[in-house]
Amino acid sequence: MDLTLKIWRQKDAKSAGKFVTYPLKNISPNCSFLEMLDILNEQLIQKTEEPVVFDHDCREGICGMCSLYINGRPHGPDDAVTACQLHMRKFSNGDTIVIEPWRARPFPVIKDLMVDRSAFDKIIQEGGYISVNTGGAAEANNILVGRENSELAMDAAACIGCGACVAACKNASAMLFVSAKVSQFALLPQGQVEAKQRVKKMVRMMDELGFGNCTNTYACEAECPKLISRSNIARMNREFMCAKVI
Amino acid sequence: MNSTFFRFSSITKKIWMAFLGLFLMIFLVVHLGINLCLLRNDGGAWFSAAAHFMGTNYIVKVFEIGLFAGFIFHVFLGIILQVQNWMARPVRYMVSNKTDTPFLSKYMIYTGGIVLIFLILHFINFYFIKLGWVFNPNMTPDGEPDFYHIAKQLFVIPAYSIIYILLFIVLGFHLNQAFQAAWQTLGINHPQYTTCIRRFGTFYAIVVPLGFIIIPFYFLLIR
Ligand code: HEM
Ligand code: SF4
Ligand code: FES
Repeated sequence: MDLTLKIWRQKDAKSAGKFVTYPLKNISPNCSFLEMLDILNEQLIQKTEEPVVFDHDCREGICGMCSLYINGRPHGPDDAVTACQLHMRKFSNGDTIVIEPWRARPFPVIKDLMVDRSAFDKIIQEGGYISVNTGGAAEANNILVGRENSELAMDAAACIGCGACVAACKNASAMLFVSAKVSQFALLPQGQVEAKQRVKKMVRMMDELGFGNCTNTYACEAECPKLISRSNIARMNREFMCAKVI
Repeated sequence: MNSTFFRFSSITKKIWMAFLGLFLMIFLVVHLGINLCLLRNDGGAWFSAAAHFMGTNYIVKVFEIGLFAGFIFHVFLGIILQVQNWMARPVRYMVSNKTDTPFLSKYMIYTGGIVLIFLILHFINFYFIKLGWVFNPNMTPDGEPDFYHIAKQLFVIPAYSIIYILLFIVLGFHLNQAFQAAWQTLGINHPQYTTCIRRFGTFYAIVVPLGFIIIPFYFLLIR
């Protein structure tokens, strides 16, 4: 396949960026999207140009590092995959592919396509955990968990923190991410102890960091590589209301 | 960013917005019921009686204050949320978003804004007359504003009727998205109810605006 890439290049957080066009020839349709970028980078290095910086780690859809906004969609034109799981067969010969970094005020660009997502870590630090004293591990079956809740909690825990929900949302809202993190604990007895504080503090941090407000367009759910459901957002709103009122 | 309203959490603002929106939707049905009295060929007897009741009953008056405040807060919160949302993405994407989202869900501020223009027009034509803020030559013998004749005079103007019809179509789009959104915001999302809520919202968003739209048609074409 022969392609034309339009890639956002930005020297560092302070510099202004711009789109640069790169023609790329002879790409196999079986190549993954990130491998395609590797090929481009090798060619750039051979020409002693700066390679394109982009985030990636596991390259198998589990770490949540890859973060590319490809032709108007986070993680590109396939559903329920991360950019590293996307294959070039989803594109056609002669296509122009525009690659942009996630755009949100709390996700500033570090360089080229790499953004700083430590805003998510700050939200997690507000309560996206349970406090357990160290010591001998308790017998797991001492606290019974219903089948349905354990499944729902597991589904919520599938969130890999990639930020595609923020990138897709017209309001750059982080509600899907935060609600997945709130839900995975709210659904389990172990999460109850800190439940009220957790939801209040995580929502406060989310607002303070400058993420937008949800307006129920559900773009987050449509683009989430882990198919996190918007019912988690409803659950978080319930939790939040109860924590405030009761 | 430090004004009181900005400090309310995003979810608190959303929940108020949803409550007020649902309250407005209940009111709209009552309003439709009264307006449909215009269709009776009784020289406005029913309509005037309803308008008289709404204008003089004390319980209605209490609700009226709540309603007026509800409108203002719904609009006010909608605008604040939207401004924050625009600020949350200072650098826009070059390729506009291609994510598959429900029809017009991204344009609530615009459909809401158009409804607001209509509401202002409507307030000038009716509500402010009732409050005595706007001069009105049409009076009933008892000295109350004659809303039947005011309405009739407006609806026979084709331009007014056309704008009225278009605006109710826009309101329908606003409410089709808004009804299910409000329940989601209030934390009610369950596989058992969600489809039902969505369908009812669409039903409401078609039937209620249609009810309002029949009235100018009647005055323009049949009378
Ligand atoms: C008869 C008039 C109106 C009714 C019945 C109504 C009803 C509603 C309802 C039920 C919602 C859903 C709330 C939610 O998503 O949680 C909503 C959302 C919204 N309304 Fe209205 N509304 C009306 C007029 C307006 C006006 C005049 C504006 C003016 C700016 C407006 C702006 C908005 C916006 C921006 C939203 C989206 C907020 C969101 O989804 O979170 N609405 N409306
Ligand atoms: S909710 Fe989905 S899109 Fe958002 S951070 Fe988690 S995995 Fe990524
Ligand atoms: S690189 Fe780990 S999810 Fe894509």
